[in-house]
Amino acid sequence: MSSSQFLAGARRSVPILISTAPFGLLYGAIAVDQGLSVWQASLMSLTIYAGASQLVGIDLFTKHTAAWLVIFSIFIVNLRHVLYSAAIGRRMERFSGAQKAIAFFFLIDPQFAETERHAEREGGVTFAWYMGLALPVYTLWNIETVVGAIFGKLIPHPESLGIDFLLPLYFLGLVMGFQMRPLWLPVVAVSGVVSVIALKTVGSPWHVSIGALAGVALAAAFGGKGKAA
Amino acid sequence: MSEFTFIIVASALLTYLTRVGGHLILSRFGTLNSRVEAALNAVPAAVLTTLVAPTFFTHGWVETVALIIAGLAALRLPLLGMFAVGWVVIVVLRALSGA
Repeated sequence: MSSSQFLAGARRSVPILISTAPFGLLYGAIAVDQGLSVWQASLMSLTIYAGASQLVGIDLFTKHTAAWLVIFSIFIVNLRHVLYSAAIGRRMERFSGAQKAIAFFFLIDPQFAETERHAEREGGVTFAWYMGLALPVYTLWNIETVVGAIFGKLIPHPESLGIDFLLPLYFLGLVMGFQMRPLWLPVVAVSGVVSVIALKTVGSPWHVSIGALAGVALAAAFGGKGKAA
Repeated sequence: MSEFTFIIVASALLTYLTRVGGHLILSRFGTLNSRVEAALNAVPAAVLTTLVAPTFFTHGWVETVALIIAGLAALRLPLLGMFAVGWVVIVVLRALSGA
């Protein structure tokens, strides 16, 4: 692996580290508060590595939901990754099969968005760059899980500090980063409105998949015909 | 294995499946037509928007205003600059509104 590529990827991880840190601490704190051991909280972060779905899983499990329903709910929360996976394969032409198998494990929301932006500018990504972006985020996420699990109660008034707002704020920044793409505004408008309607009618977490599919369907219907990314 | 460990392991395997699945399905098709390309190019905006929309529409006016200001800032500033603006705005607005 090229170390300069790895470092370039690692530099891009800084905004991700800042915006997800509160979320990692919060996850650890909630997990222990709900009765999980530090080890169980860590095992989830180490193997599932998808914060929102981890919180949903814990919430359902502690309400004595049937195991299959807990697993199914986590799966539904993570269904959006199928779209990421389909879109990002085009950027991995230089990866070997084993490298792809490793890389897909780390395909969280910001990993996908930053890789897409980088590929747009550079015409693709290297495995070293991809892992340079992924490993700091994965490492810190797991450290934050443990720290949050042990010290989580020590964060005073997280809401007045705007801590809970950082993750949606960062996601908005990622959305804005794609504004040069064709049909960006209609896709954002349709996905946003449809997801909120779905949230109010069908409920969470289905609103993510339903809203996303509406935006993607719009692009498929009106895009294409020689319009490049 | 405890029930919860089983849940974690099964969920981890299924989550990995969602992360490889889209690529595995698509790579069976060879070259992509322009509609599929357009759909894939819309994936970042389409999915990430759904993660912001609940905060924008349902959390109250403070969050809505802060996201609008941050969104406008993003037209001029790099990601971290926009992030700083949004963070300051939410803290100030929450303090002023007593939220």
